[in-house]
Amino acid sequence: MRQSLPATKIVGAILAILALAAGPPRAFEIETEQYFAAVDGSSEITIMSTADLSVFAPLVRGFQNRNPRVSVRYVVLSSAELYSAVLAGEAAPDLVISSAMDLQTKLANDGFAQPFRSQATETLPAWARWRDELFAFTLEPAVLILSKPAFADLPRPKTRQDLIELLRDNPERFKNRIGTYDLRTSGLGYLFGTQDTRQSETFWRLSEVMGALQTRLYCCSGQMIEDVRSGELALAYNVLGSYADAQDESNVDIVLLEDYTSVMMRTALIPNSAKNAQLAGTFINYLLSTDGRALLRAEIGPGPLDTDTFSSEQNLRPIRLGPGLLVYLDQLKRQSFLRAWASAIIQP
Amino acid sequence: MNAPLKPSASLRQRLRLQLLGLIAILSLLLYFSVRTIAGGAAETTQDNILSASATSIIEALHAEQDDILLDIPYAALSMLGANSEERVFYRIMTKASTITGYDDLPAPETFPAPEQPVFYNSEYRGSAVRIVAMTRVITVRDTPTEVLALVAQTRLGQDAITARIANTAAALGVGFFLIAGILGALTVESALRPIVNIAQAVQRRGPHDLRPMLKPAPLELAPLLASLNSFMERLRTALLRTEDFIAEAAHRVRTPLATVRAQTEIALRRAKTPEDREALRAVIRAVDESARSAGQLLDHASVTLRADKMERGDVDLSALVKDLVHGLAPTAEIRDIRIILHPAEGEFTTIGDPVLLMGALRNILDNAIKYSPDESEISVVLSAEEELCCITICDSGRGLNDAEQKTLTRRFGRGSNVADVVGSGLGLTIVSEVVAAHGGSFRLTPNKERGTCAKVCLPRK
Ligand SMILES: Nc1ncnc2c1ncn2[C@@H]1O[C@H](COP(=O)(O)OP(=O)(O)O)[C@@H](O)[C@H]1O
Ligand SMILES: [Mg+2]
Repeated sequence: MRQSLPATKIVGAILAILALAAGPPRAFEIETEQYFAAVDGSSEITIMSTADLSVFAPLVRGFQNRNPRVSVRYVVLSSAELYSAVLAGEAAPDLVISSAMDLQTKLANDGFAQPFRSQATETLPAWARWRDELFAFTLEPAVLILSKPAFADLPRPKTRQDLIELLRDNPERFKNRIGTYDLRTSGLGYLFGTQDTRQSETFWRLSEVMGALQTRLYCCSGQMIEDVRSGELALAYNVLGSYADAQDESNVDIVLLEDYTSVMMRTALIPNSAKNAQLAGTFINYLLSTDGRALLRAEIGPGPLDTDTFSSEQNLRPIRLGPGLLVYLDQLKRQSFLRAWASAIIQP
Repeated sequence: MNAPLKPSASLRQRLRLQLLGLIAILSLLLYFSVRTIAGGAAETTQDNILSASATSIIEALHAEQDDILLDIPYAALSMLGANSEERVFYRIMTKASTITGYDDLPAPETFPAPEQPVFYNSEYRGSAVRIVAMTRVITVRDTPTEVLALVAQTRLGQDAITARIANTAAALGVGFFLIAGILGALTVESALRPIVNIAQAVQRRGPHDLRPMLKPAPLELAPLLASLNSFMERLRTALLRTEDFIAEAAHRVRTPLATVRAQTEIALRRAKTPEDREALRAVIRAVDESARSAGQLLDHASVTLRADKMERGDVDLSALVKDLVHGLAPTAEIRDIRIILHPAEGEFTTIGDPVLLMGALRNILDNAIKYSPDESEISVVLSAEEELCCITICDSGRGLNDAEQKTLTRRFGRGSNVADVVGSGLGLTIVSEVVAAHGGSFRLTPNKERGTCAKVCLPRK
């Protein structure tokens, strides 16, 4: 599904690199930046996002098809960097798209977001928006992925309890072949981990068992999926399902655990410092439009407006937007949580 | 007769104003009490949630060796988002430093006593917030340390609720005001109805109707009605006495006058010199005038004082007018004045007192003769107009000299151009009162060329 890079994209990338070289030092680090120049670029918006360029490029183009005079600067950076970029108010983005629901909530809670109301946002279910400032547009489950060859003669675990028993019964097979997020560095991993502790105590037991098997810690879902596919890992826990879906699946099984599966929602917000809040609103409307949703479904999976998702899957637990998410951002809470987690997962 | 009574103030107005004022005060009271009570309840709800949140945070505090540790329960903040989309802030601090949370969240000057949370409103990050401050003492390194937990929530929902409550309260107040106002107005009307009824009953009866009021009256008005009745009774007796007195007086004057006249006529016949004769004729004229005045006084007394006792029978006006003209023709002839009675077709019957009607018409014709020059004509026309029959008496005399009818019909009212003619000024008073007592009308108008027309219309039977 990856197409060859069109000429404009290459030019944009070169421009972006030039701009990077020339620009003043920033308070945050970016990963990639691409400028989608409009033919008649009379206006411009800057989107800062944690989503890979490859995932979002089709959406930006789709948006530009509808709004041909808008140039889009798409900047990819980590959720923590994105958070500090908004706090700094520097090189102010017009639209912030992040998978870190907690940080997004904190931005809105602390008064860095501005409200936006439209027909599209009104149709969002109440759990998919907060204060008219934070809008969810995807539903991305945390999944367990299994290497098919490694599980050739093993039953597929259906619940975390199954998984714990499986790991306990086959330590030699899984030793050093389990992957999960390093919660100390990955915001998304931390979000999934903390949500796990809310759901059930099995998370701590699972971490203990995984720790005993020298679990490898990762920064990102992509690398984990890659290692499961190559057979280096037998399984990876709490991988972003949307990324797993996008990969070649011949070697990999995706399991939505039946006891519960946390569902992350990617959210968009318009910062107070946005220069072009109106266009940012237009982009949000596009994300929630039928066209936008169709593209998102192809790249990431269903969104909150795809209503039948939840009625069919009882075990899906969307992470709730709201002040509860602020709890895990508390420094003391974070410290004590990470201490407990590290002592479970890192065993000599 | 008397100037219209100037009412000091309307009872209805006063009742309405007072009731309205009362209702307005009650409405305002209702408005404010609903606002305070409901607003207070809404605030209490928010305070309760804040307090629950702060309690669960403060209970999670614990000391480990030298550190104060805190593991904020998820519910502590999530409960604040359960029913609202308020922004949430918190701060955990000792007197020395902030342990965690928003270190610029406004804290009270002094820590409140443990178990006694303090609630206050403040401004934080551009929003109005409600804050709870709760203290707990925990022992760190064997020293009791006060730890303060602040939990804050924006008041947007609170403000929205307050605004909604204010609207509801206002609607309640206005509704109460309207309903109570309408009921109040109805009450005023029904309370005043007996008074209005009696006033109307009094007003309906003519000015001379002095019969007692027999309508049932409410307890409070019974004394008034009783006094009114007894007053009217006394007035009636007094008037009857006056009438009797006047009649008696007139009669007493008229009888000797008749004797004087008869004796003078005899003397006139015997008189030798023209001077004597002239003097005696003057005496006769004066006596006639006096007799007429006495008659008018008598007539006047009977009309004004006996309206209720008036005889009511069929009166044939054409016969009456014929008699009238016949009776006054001799007087007119002395001055060569011709009274022309125009023949009338049909029936002219009215209901009333023939003596009073005759008296009234006589006064009109009398005036016509009196204020006409010698050798002139007076026309008397009987005509039918719809439901009325009218008698018009026109002369070609000196006219009214622009005097208003109202001043001429006033008692003893006389024109400015008639000083040379003897008169009492009672004639037209009698006319208008008799006509009014019969439900008719009386108009004085200038005659076409010169003179005066007097027109009396009475309802036809
Ligand atoms: N036919 C009339 N012609 C002129 N004036 C008249 C006539 N009838 C009445 N008046 C005026 O009306 C006044 C009042 O009339 P009346 O009450 O009969 O009193 P009086 O005793 O003066 O006739 C008269 O004084 C006179 O000025
Ligand atoms: Mg007269």
